[in-house]
Amino acid sequence: MAERVLVKGTEAMGEAAVRAGCRLFFGYPITPQNELPEYMSKRMPEVNGTFLQTESEVATINMVYGAACTGTRVMTSTSSPGYSLMQEGVSYMACAELPAVLVNVVRGGPGLGDIQPSQGDYWQATKGGGHGDYKLIVLAPSTVQEAVDLTVLAFDLADKYRNPTLIVADGVIGQIMEPVTFPDFVDLSQLPTHDTWALKGNKGRQKRIVAPFDLDPYRLEQMNLALVAKYEEMERNETRWEEYRLEDAEVVITAFGTVARIAKSVVDQAREQGIKAGLFRPITIWPFPYKRLEELSKGKKLIFDAEMNMGQMLEDVKLAVKDNAPIEFFKRMGGVVPTPDEILGALNSKLGR
Amino acid sequence: MTFQVVMKRPESLTMREFTYCPGCTHGVIHRLVAEVLDELDMRENTITVAPIGCSVFAYEFFDTDGTIAAHGRAPAVATGIKRARPDLYVFTYQGDGDLGAIGTAEIVHAANRGEKITTIFVNNAIYGMTGGQMAPTTLLGMKSTTTPYGRKAENDGYPLRVSEIIKETRGVAYLARTKVNTPQDVRKTKEAIRKAFLAQVRGIGFGMVEVLSTCPTNWGMDPVKSLKWLEENMVPEYPLGVFVDKVGE
Repeated sequence: MAERVLVKGTEAMGEAAVRAGCRLFFGYPITPQNELPEYMSKRMPEVNGTFLQTESEVATINMVYGAACTGTRVMTSTSSPGYSLMQEGVSYMACAELPAVLVNVVRGGPGLGDIQPSQGDYWQATKGGGHGDYKLIVLAPSTVQEAVDLTVLAFDLADKYRNPTLIVADGVIGQIMEPVTFPDFVDLSQLPTHDTWALKGNKGRQKRIVAPFDLDPYRLEQMNLALVAKYEEMERNETRWEEYRLEDAEVVITAFGTVARIAKSVVDQAREQGIKAGLFRPITIWPFPYKRLEELSKGKKLIFDAEMNMGQMLEDVKLAVKDNAPIEFFKRMGGVVPTPDEILGALNSKLGR
Repeated sequence: MTFQVVMKRPESLTMREFTYCPGCTHGVIHRLVAEVLDELDMRENTITVAPIGCSVFAYEFFDTDGTIAAHGRAPAVATGIKRARPDLYVFTYQGDGDLGAIGTAEIVHAANRGEKITTIFVNNAIYGMTGGQMAPTTLLGMKSTTTPYGRKAENDGYPLRVSEIIKETRGVAYLARTKVNTPQDVRKTKEAIRKAFLAQVRGIGFGMVEVLSTCPTNWGMDPVKSLKWLEENMVPEYPLGVFVDKVGE
């Protein structure tokens, strides 16, 4: 039985990355995620890895791009304004089909906003963020253990699809300490070598290029169509979600990340009050589990979406639920984390109780 | 009757025809880089990082593995490659808009870290690919499509002497400014490029050569006049010389 250790969310993601074989980390300080680069600055030398503090998030994402060109596992983390600065590079990486793991510990926005937990970057994370047509698999942990597990998965998905994977957390997941079990260290010699495309020097073969462009519109269209086919494959294979007490539920709460964690308490308390509530929690906020939510929304008394933003995932919930059930929305914004009582009160009032 | 080869294509250049305008000196500089890669036997272990600008297709012309960086970010991309694979050689090829305007932060910090990469910085005092706009290196009084009355210091600031900034960073192992408007200068430029690569090969630090280059198309003059204009106008603004040399011989 593997040892359980008490660890902070950001540091847990760092250790999980090391165990997944990541030996390269580039990052720039921004609150509330500084413990992750700090952890990596201490940890990387211990495992013969490299930590580099960069001059900006713009430089960071382009260093990640360069490292990924060689087929090496690489990671960065940042928080909202920093992730905005990275968007050009993320778009380039999606176009050039480069694997990497990116972490956005989301804070209150827009603008400089504040440094408290928020889910205000859902649209940026799931609807593009940068320019052009592209998608990233976006993983949204709601516990520290899940942050560990999804970090490992993120590297595997990045390599499998040759695409950046984004982990969307927030200050709660980043700062909270919980007991976790870490996976074993991967055997570095078993990691994907990407020998068919990575830049390693053209000794004994034709030169190759990693190109985020093609000036010929017809060829660029073909490149786009190939990417679309890849994104469709992700939708088929990688859609993940959790269902909590939904078997007999009449009311479905939809929430992700930190709010989903709070919503579990809401479900339990609602049931004590005689409300048959359950939780539907997307783990991949892209690809969003439209089909499953559509199925289980049929005949429900209420779909109750709760988020720490103006209603961003709400749009996907509406796309999934269609006219199957009435939808109501609860929000806190600006870095305010709702309490279970507050959400339950809002639910009761929507139910006319 | 016997024949002697006196000139041939360097192995480090592909068969692709250059996309540069007639009279532009990018082609000369490409050839020099390729000759150095051949002579130092680096080609098969080198990654080319092309910029955004006229030389965006540089990765097509050098017979090495390569990629294209976002505008100005070539030193960051090269850093990522080098940190992932310290056993490979990495060079960036950048123009003055890419390196001297949008990419100033990346070049200064790559130099300051002593990043073991090589940068070929082509300064022709104009944005070429986008059609002749003012560059950070455009001379005072010089007309461009965005300085139709000539560059004025009070509105547009001064021509940026990038090498003079870079020389103050302590991670630099080799830094020189050269020109390619005469055969002698072409030879001197090749020697500077060789040393900038040697700084990397020997693991000493960051190497860069700023090469004063022509843009007949956007300067609006023929190639011969361009070479003369470079001599008379650019050299006084951008003094030639070796600023840093920790390579020795």
